[in-house]
Amino acid sequence: MIQQIDFFAISPPLVLALAAGLVLLLDAFLPARPRTRSGLGLVTLAGVLTSLGFVVAQALRGGAPQSTFCVPPALAGGQAQSAAMCSFVVDGFTLVFAGMVLAAGVVVVLMSMTELAGGAIPVGEWYFLLLCTLVGAVTLPASRDLIMLVVALELVSLPVFALTALKRYDGRASEAAVKLFVVSVVSTAIMLFGVSLLYGIAGSVHLSRLGEVFSGRQAPTVAGAELPAVVTVGVVLVAAGFAFKIAAVPFHSWAADVYQGAPVPVAALLSVVSKAAGFAGLILVLVTGLAGQAATWAPIVGILAALTMTAGNLLALRQRSAVRLLAWSSVAQSGYVLAPLAVAAIARGAVGASMAYLVIYAAMNLGAFAVVMLVSRTAARNELDDYRGLALRRPAAGVTLAFCLVCLAGLPPGLAGLFAKVFVFRELVGGGAGWLAVVMAVNTVIGLYYYAVWTGRLFAPVGGEASPATYRPPVTAWLAVGVALAAAVLFSIAPQLVLDMTALSAFG
Amino acid sequence: MMGWIPVALLAVPLLGALVLLLSPHAPRRALPAYGLIFSGLTLAVSLVLLATFDHGAPARIQAELDQPWVPGLGLRLHLGVDGISLPLIVLTALLTFLCFGYLSWGGARAGGGFMSARPRALVFTLLVLEVGMIGTFLALDLLLFFVFFEIVLIPMYFLIGVWGGAGRRAASIKFILYTLLGSVVMLLGLLLVWAQTGTLDIEALSASHGAGLPRSLQILAFVAIGIGLAVKTPMWPLHTWLPDAHTEAPTVGSVLLAGVLLKMGTYGFARIAIPVLPEGAVAVAPWLGAFAVVGIVYGALACLAQRDLKRLIAYSSVGHMGFVLLGFATLTPVGVNGALFANVAHGLITGLLFFLAGAVKERYHTSEIPELGGGMLTTMPRLGSVLTFAAIASLGLPGLAGFWGEMLALFGAFQPADGLPRGLFLAYMVIGGLGAVLTAAYFLVMLSRVTHGRPRAQTRRPIHEHPVEPLASPARAATTATLGPAAQIVPDDIRRYELLAWTPLVVLILLFGLWPGLLLSLSTPPVQTLLGAIS
Repeated sequence: MIQQIDFFAISPPLVLALAAGLVLLLDAFLPARPRTRSGLGLVTLAGVLTSLGFVVAQALRGGAPQSTFCVPPALAGGQAQSAAMCSFVVDGFTLVFAGMVLAAGVVVVLMSMTELAGGAIPVGEWYFLLLCTLVGAVTLPASRDLIMLVVALELVSLPVFALTALKRYDGRASEAAVKLFVVSVVSTAIMLFGVSLLYGIAGSVHLSRLGEVFSGRQAPTVAGAELPAVVTVGVVLVAAGFAFKIAAVPFHSWAADVYQGAPVPVAALLSVVSKAAGFAGLILVLVTGLAGQAATWAPIVGILAALTMTAGNLLALRQRSAVRLLAWSSVAQSGYVLAPLAVAAIARGAVGASMAYLVIYAAMNLGAFAVVMLVSRTAARNELDDYRGLALRRPAAGVTLAFCLVCLAGLPPGLAGLFAKVFVFRELVGGGAGWLAVVMAVNTVIGLYYYAVWTGRLFAPVGGEASPATYRPPVTAWLAVGVALAAAVLFSIAPQLVLDMTALSAFG
Repeated sequence: MMGWIPVALLAVPLLGALVLLLSPHAPRRALPAYGLIFSGLTLAVSLVLLATFDHGAPARIQAELDQPWVPGLGLRLHLGVDGISLPLIVLTALLTFLCFGYLSWGGARAGGGFMSARPRALVFTLLVLEVGMIGTFLALDLLLFFVFFEIVLIPMYFLIGVWGGAGRRAASIKFILYTLLGSVVMLLGLLLVWAQTGTLDIEALSASHGAGLPRSLQILAFVAIGIGLAVKTPMWPLHTWLPDAHTEAPTVGSVLLAGVLLKMGTYGFARIAIPVLPEGAVAVAPWLGAFAVVGIVYGALACLAQRDLKRLIAYSSVGHMGFVLLGFATLTPVGVNGALFANVAHGLITGLLFFLAGAVKERYHTSEIPELGGGMLTTMPRLGSVLTFAAIASLGLPGLAGFWGEMLALFGAFQPADGLPRGLFLAYMVIGGLGAVLTAAYFLVMLSRVTHGRPRAQTRRPIHEHPVEPLASPARAATTATLGPAAQIVPDDIRRYELLAWTPLVVLILLFGLWPGLLLSLSTPPVQTLLGAIS
């Protein structure tokens, strides 16, 4: 039987995959010269931008969601059933996540071009792996069956181990790669176990059918009309698997070591792209697949969110390394993104609030990482003390970092961060999770401490000699900073943009 | 037709700040004048507002502007002015302008070469601060109010943390964490109101006087919003950030902190907490009154124990704000009027006091009262007289602005609104009255130590002078030292720029003291409308 494939629907990951292959070929056949290095970077950038262009085209096309890789009508038992059982669906949700991941990908590629200019890292492999991760991250939000979800999630994770370890003969990087590998493999194993349990009960891997079974509208395949108790185990295991990816408590401890050991662009990738993929999967599974089991997972998600934000913020308080601080801060921010999902079954806008927070978080966090990347070129240890007086030495970088940190803290003039928090607070208060709102309020204050101290350091006068900035960062570094800053400023002035985007994708 | 005025009030300082941000190579000399021009323009716009304001109908929201900003949140750019916010807006614009005047006319001298360190950042910070302060008083949308309420945090953090005294880092962190904790709790309260009523419009919410909000929810929301406002006000026992922040802040920071930022808290009570949640207000008012009188007495006792001039003024703010809160707690037009009057009067008087404390510290390089050594009326008669004037105004001498507000607040407590326990409020009135006596006591003690007595020769001599003054060159200082006590260096008396900055405040204190009706006629009608459901 021949499958009809809608190539327009799958064009974004397809373009990325083709670009990945092209980069590998070019790297093999072109002479190893500095110009080749930047050439490969440009090819990668072009690939990501083309893919982003297709996403925009899909968004502009509007209309009904496009779906492909459906179960043929003959097997599904009718045209309507076939339309409901598709593995790859392009709807508002998919487009928002794909767009965010690709825009983040542009910044990460720009940062990579700065990082790779040093020459210590093999270029072709780097870009190939980076593009592979993006393929996974773009495919994942479109996946509507469990197998596809797991495969896409692995496609996001596997190349990242290699990317982390690509800096050869670096002890920290190797350690980070091994840690990430072990944690990730364990989480995949746990999740696969959960997935197999769910499949066993429902007899289908398609999320739409899972949703019907677990909400009791359709009988499970196993004997008896009642759902067996093992459903709970399956739900918890799947949730735990995703919790690893988004570094939620109690699976958060890998974050700091891995972020610090990995090259800065990879840390940025982990904190935005890989995290967004994890959240996309979590939302898909919980809200579409397991909506009927909300009574089981909603309290767990609420408690995890509270613990995650608290642990992340408390651990960030004592950090001295900039990247470690951002690692724990991103754990805390994961908690904020997770919080509205706890009321997703009650409040209609909860998923939208989560996504809006994630989109804004991506912009402001990438801005911070882009500046950290710049500073890491001159200060190898990249400690907070290296940022003393940055606003005086490099006003543009200093002011950008200050803005992004204030955004992350959620205070004006970083209105984007403020509104993101307001979205979340609104859903929590409206959804009756007052306790979680109070926990988040206290956490906002704890978080402000380290952001404020770091921001204050940017403007503190340097004691002694004022070292002139001798290092001239390449234009790509400034471009990365500029793109992220522009997004953060845009979201600050017109937060409605984010709301419009995410409202389109809200699940019914 | 007047809708452009609120926009201009926000746009002028914001524009000034943005232009400064985009021009990294601005000539340093032009900066003080630059700040002066933009704050002067803002002041001019606020005076236009004062002139075009329809004084016949101060209860009506005037110069209104209502545009959607974030429809997804229901957030509207809803600005407007009535008799309650008008005086505070003009006060804000005036104090900011005077601060810039103090900085620029004083040149490098003001605040110990304060302007010479990072002038561009300083002007930028002050302009952004002004946007936040004016915006808070203009906002007629709950979330918009919150946004402006938060805007002031970061500039104030930098003002204390970059240009402050020795303990600035700890003080600035304490300030920002404390006030943010208050404001996120307030945000939760505001969202609770919103979740229940489905609107963020302050005008509509206060017109409905809490209709559709169950009593238990009103109490919960009032407590949450009240805590946020009380931290900013500050109310005992949430005041502990204030003395540190004031002591470490530079002069202009202290002036704006005491003169305007504290008013944002009390203004919130009058604009949001009491009108929107009247039943909650009735239930919580006895507690609010209790904390207020404790604050009055506590502030006065703490002042008696202070050795540092700036710290003393900071604690006196806790006491004065206690009177303001007591006025609100009575929920009567008299009491709330008194509170609003005391609010403005405190802004003028304490603003002046912090200017003076800054001047004293600049001359003596200490603000420890024992080390000042007394006799200021002999050595610097003009500075001593202005200090005496400000202190006496602050302790509430009839005929000066400080008197009316506190008198009305106590008078309101004599006859609180129906539904409030009268006996309790009578007790509050008596305790508050005792607090007023204690206030007089500590100010008089302070004056007797600082302005009276014989000047002590050695301690009064400055440790070092500013390099801009010819007398201060090391060589000259050495020669004067050998010449003996006859040629002592006497610090200057009031300088011209100081006089320029202080005179408007002195005049206004006298004006409002002699003619309180000027302010009361503005605030009485809106207060009656806002309290509609209670009285």
